[in-house]
Amino acid sequence: MDIDCLNSRMIDILTEISNIGSGNAVTALANMLSKKVSMTVPRVRIMEFKDVAEILGGEEELVVGIYLELKDDVTGNIMFILDKSSALNLTNMLLNRKDHELDEIAISALSEVGNIISSFYVNSLSMLTGLKITVSVPSLAVDMAGAILSVPAIQFGLIADQVLFIETVFEEGENLVRGNLFLIPEMDSFEKILSKLGVL
Amino acid sequence: MGMADLNTVKAPGILTTLGLGSCVGIALYDKTNKIAGLVHAMLPSSKEIRNNENKAKFVDTGIELLIEKMVREGAKKSNLTAKITGGSQMFSFNSSSNILNIGERNVIATKKKLQELKIRIISEDTGGNYGRTIELNAEDGSLLVKTIGHGIKII
Repeated sequence: MDIDCLNSRMIDILTEISNIGSGNAVTALANMLSKKVSMTVPRVRIMEFKDVAEILGGEEELVVGIYLELKDDVTGNIMFILDKSSALNLTNMLLNRKDHELDEIAISALSEVGNIISSFYVNSLSMLTGLKITVSVPSLAVDMAGAILSVPAIQFGLIADQVLFIETVFEEGENLVRGNLFLIPEMDSFEKILSKLGVL
Repeated sequence: MGMADLNTVKAPGILTTLGLGSCVGIALYDKTNKIAGLVHAMLPSSKEIRNNENKAKFVDTGIELLIEKMVREGAKKSNLTAKITGGSQMFSFNSSSNILNIGERNVIATKKKLQELKIRIISEDTGGNYGRTIELNAEDGSLLVKTIGHGIKII
């Protein structure tokens, strides 16, 4: 299946299941923080490689990326990206402290947050589709947005000249934490998901 | 310049590519004619992949296309020297998945291709687990490498 073959009905279905999945993920985050967290409707985006880094405000933007691989029936990855101040604010809220740097405890807390919200996301996808999906342990990097996004982009580079991903932007009630959650299944997995849902 | 892209410039121009991660940045330079070229390749080989229309996406075809373009701009192939950067591993896992060590494979493929074409590599700054922003100056062929937390250098 090629990216060009996706029609608007398929995109609607992908948006809807991501809406449910990221809704659960964001609820989990809100519970962890005991704060209100809102999110946008997920967007299915198809982009040229050269434009990919711009979605996070430029290639050189310093971000924290938490990356998990999807395994079993669905392969691909899930990425949770925060700008640096959001990452700091998030860990300060979780660890109930102030003005710390991104130290070892913060990094470990962020990895765990990534782990929990990705698991919620993936579990709802799994329930909706009946497909078995598991996630790997999280890996975290603090670096330029372009460098971090090159990892999923390369994965798509193997099969296409564009990258397809589903993006949800979420924001904590007081605007201290803002992040992007990307679901990036491989094309074969899109096919599986769509056929399980009866649209292919 | 973004991912899977290439370009050339004459002095006094500068070519920049931002946030190079596992991709590899291959800078070629003709000192006599002061023509520089840069390719930001994502994958080692066009031969392993079915969908290979964008030649700048791959190390092998990217280098070939860049040389063609530089020669059209007035560069001489025998004058070309190379500098390579990038090829880092942004995320580490215990599993040795092919995708995660793609940076290293990109660097190996670059060296092999340049050797085949008899283009000398005069310097390199590759590997590690961090991103790089690079600026190639057509005036002298110098390559500025900027990182977050790993310093700035000219190679």
